[in-house]
Amino acid sequence: MYKIITVYGKMLLAALGRTLVLALFGLFFACIIGLIFGLLSVVKNKVCNILAHIFVDVIRGVPMIVLAFFVYFGIPYLFNNILGFTGVSLSALQAGTICLALNCGAYMSEIIRAGIQSVDAGQMEAARSLGLSYWKAMSLVVLPQAIRTMIPSIINQFIITLKDTSILSVIGFPELVNTAKNVQANTFLSFQTWLIVGVMYLVVIMILSKTAKLVERRMNRGRRMQ
Amino acid sequence: MGAECNNAIIHVSNLKKCFGDLEVLKDISVDIEEGEVVVVIGPSGSGKSTFLRCLNKLEQVTAGTIVVNGVTITDKKVNINKVRENIGMVFQHFNLFENLNILRNLTLAPVKLKLKDKETAKKEALEMLHKVGLESKTEAYPSHLSGGQKQRVAIARALCMHPDIMLFDEPTSALDPEMVGEVLQVMKQLAAEGMTMVVVTHEMGFAREVADRVIFMDDGYIVEEGTPEEIFRNPKEQRTIDFLNKVL
Repeated sequence: MYKIITVYGKMLLAALGRTLVLALFGLFFACIIGLIFGLLSVVKNKVCNILAHIFVDVIRGVPMIVLAFFVYFGIPYLFNNILGFTGVSLSALQAGTICLALNCGAYMSEIIRAGIQSVDAGQMEAARSLGLSYWKAMSLVVLPQAIRTMIPSIINQFIITLKDTSILSVIGFPELVNTAKNVQANTFLSFQTWLIVGVMYLVVIMILSKTAKLVERRMNRGRRMQ
Repeated sequence: MGAECNNAIIHVSNLKKCFGDLEVLKDISVDIEEGEVVVVIGPSGSGKSTFLRCLNKLEQVTAGTIVVNGVTITDKKVNINKVRENIGMVFQHFNLFENLNILRNLTLAPVKLKLKDKETAKKEALEMLHKVGLESKTEAYPSHLSGGQKQRVAIARALCMHPDIMLFDEPTSALDPEMVGEVLQVMKQLAAEGMTMVVVTHEMGFAREVADRVIFMDDGYIVEEGTPEEIFRNPKEQRTIDFLNKVL
């Protein structure tokens, strides 16, 4: 155990760093995708609603590992061997980011849809009755209230996404699990290696969820004081 | 349209509104003059709230024409947001913006629509709050206010847009009885100042005292209309008589 920490400690920490970078990239784009499809599912337009519905259903219905293989191997193959482009390729980080963004984005869009729908319809009506446009009413009145109720679910989704980065070891991105596999192969210390990796994930996620609790409490405190 | 809408600030002709198969408004035609206070009464489900919500197009109209301030709002090309700036609305459930304090509830629309700069909007908001007797609540949030206070803020919020017309959708129905008076008081003051008002309410006392004209609606039609005197003392239609017997 001691040996793993002294010899491989730096390597594992660097891998954890890459895990966090991948997760952050994924989450960033997931937020954008989630907001877009979340809004598409609440606007009064059948085509938009159906589009959002299909996106969520497709992504939810495909395991992340399949999505990872599809994006990393399938998409370049489509471009190079079927559509006749040459030299199209995705790095593991790019493919990984796309996978996380799509996967997490689909769940985020559902969270955002539910959040918006939880705000009383009267809020939108009152804003519209004053002459505000739909989008002004949405961004100034409805969304700020929706976000309050969405925060716990969003943080939960962040944690899930952080853990999901481990799936992307299958496309060779050197995140924590992938690196740990190498450490285990070199040392044969399976128990110690995976124990350390487990603790590393645990610590990061604990920090994240404690911070989340703090943020949540602060927002609710504001509300209660009103 | 034609000659009858000469002085009318609101002109409604052959208005029809369906929700799916349900015909809520069947054939409504009415003119409302500038400065007139019109009170709409009638049983639940008679379509009076829907009628009111058609006037600022919170409900899409199925058929018919509505002209407000010379603008045919039933025309699809009309920018309804511009028209709504001129039509204040007060809701049964207040619908104050829960995420904003009272002052920002009042200044949000004037500032975001670039009708006033922040300072002017704030100054006017304070005047409006003074008018409804709540100038001490500027920093409070809606959840801190009583129902009556909320509704008075909602009225002030609508007034900050300097509307020509105010619509009231059962403004006292969600209030505790002892708070009804303070809201009606503000409405009476508005009426006295010459505001054009369309009020859907169950407050027959208010209708009698303040209305220039009372409209009785039932089953998607205007059954009878007239001065409060005519409607309450000498109703002509049997349905009006039945309704008034139940509520008075």
